[in-house]
Amino acid sequence: MAGINIWYLWTMNHSPAGNIERILLEVGGLARFTGLFFRNLFRGRFESREFINQCYRTGYHSLLLISITAIILGLVLTLQTRPILAGLGAEAWLPNMVFISIITELGPVIFALLFAGKVGSGIGAELSSMRVTEQIDAMEVSATNPMKFLVVTRVMATTVMLPLLVFYGDLLSFLGSFLGLKAYSDISFQLFFSRAFSDFFFSDIFPATIKTVFFGFFIGLISSYMGYYSDQGTEGVGRSANSAVVVSSLVVFLLDLIAVQITDLIV
Amino acid sequence: MAKERILHISNLTKSFGDNRVIEGVSFSLFSGENLVMLGKSGTGKSVIMKCIVGLMEADSGEINVFGKNVSNCREREMNEIRTRIGYLFQEGALYDSMSIRENLLFPARRNSRLKKFTENELEDLVEKNLENVGLIDAIDKMPGELSGGMKKRAGLARTLMLSPEMIIYDEPTTGLDPFTSDAINDLILKIQHEYKTSSIIITHDIKCAEVTGDRLLLLHDGKIVAEGMINELRSHPDVEVRDYFK
Repeated sequence: MAGINIWYLWTMNHSPAGNIERILLEVGGLARFTGLFFRNLFRGRFESREFINQCYRTGYHSLLLISITAIILGLVLTLQTRPILAGLGAEAWLPNMVFISIITELGPVIFALLFAGKVGSGIGAELSSMRVTEQIDAMEVSATNPMKFLVVTRVMATTVMLPLLVFYGDLLSFLGSFLGLKAYSDISFQLFFSRAFSDFFFSDIFPATIKTVFFGFFIGLISSYMGYYSDQGTEGVGRSANSAVVVSSLVVFLLDLIAVQITDLIV
Repeated sequence: MAKERILHISNLTKSFGDNRVIEGVSFSLFSGENLVMLGKSGTGKSVIMKCIVGLMEADSGEINVFGKNVSNCREREMNEIRTRIGYLFQEGALYDSMSIRENLLFPARRNSRLKKFTENELEDLVEKNLENVGLIDAIDKMPGELSGGMKKRAGLARTLMLSPEMIIYDEPTTGLDPFTSDAINDLILKIQHEYKTSSIIITHDIKCAEVTGDRLLLLHDGKIVAEGMINELRSHPDVEVRDYFK
């Protein structure tokens, strides 16, 4: 079973009905894969050593990318909005505006997209090349459960690490924002943060954190699915990595849309 | 004394879409025997092996391994059978993120039969198996640092960790120079005698078949067209069979 590649499907000479049928088949495949994931999550011993290794690879190795992006994000957001707010005489609201934008929307979505690009493509390519070189078959024939060792650990690692990375990225974005504002005013660090948190509500941070858990889960799951069922030789490795990023990114936006609707209903 | 039949396949068929790859294949493997399966590429040799270990499902026919019908086995039963079968993949299929030592420890740590072994005993077993395949010096190397022949030997050492009763060699000498091929052939015979294993050796290397095989099967277009000792096949009435050994 090959992984989904939306771009590939649409560029092939298939009828729209044929494309829709293929996409539905892949969605069914992904649903079955999700079932297999949960079945293996609660069965037998958990591969804790591999889970820690995957946390290190997905989390620690993403720190530099998230750090640079986060500081630039906070800096650019501040530099672009400061003149507008200053013109309205509302410059004092800038820290709070940055806080709300980053915590609720920009942080989770941008860092999740970066995570999908870096970690998702890595998982897709790695599992796919393991499939092509028969390493996954080798695990299966030695009565070792590859789903448990390769998929459960990776999906759990992305689910745990993305919220932590988003939290870390949010903090660095505030730092970037402070540096941007500091260049134009003599605002203190303490004042910046007290203004940022002045209208802080638990309802701002809770839905944002919950959605990052789902983002992490689906990035790990989709990327693993793309790699695990890759079967078209070395060409399939590139295609799996590409599909992992494209589909994970689309799903991040879709989940974000759903999260916004749910938050509106609840809050 | 009649030898014990450890594998019996009857009327196996397998298709991929409209392409019928295996058509009514039947054969047996007896204990202590090296059975060589010859045939050109694409004749379905690897597909039969993958059906035996449950990596593929046959369309019809019966596969009995160690007295159990593979198609009726549940996952747990299939895993029990798998621990008794070693599978040497064409390229070794070593886990490239692990050193050779870790490659060997990986299946051993997860196998219920080896649970009683302490970590030190498992380490000793790793060293013993690597010594047997002449690869003890590469114990802490990564698979990427090994040559093709070394990868196959490391793959074989990993297979031996679970003390299999039957080993499937998927093209053990393909892509190797004549000297390394000879070394692998000798190793197959050594394993057969020291570990008392039965083996199925898939190959299109006539020399490998001649040296390692007790009995040969020739596959053509998904069917077994000839069976016997190499001398019998060389003087087979069918010209195409004789031509294969020229």
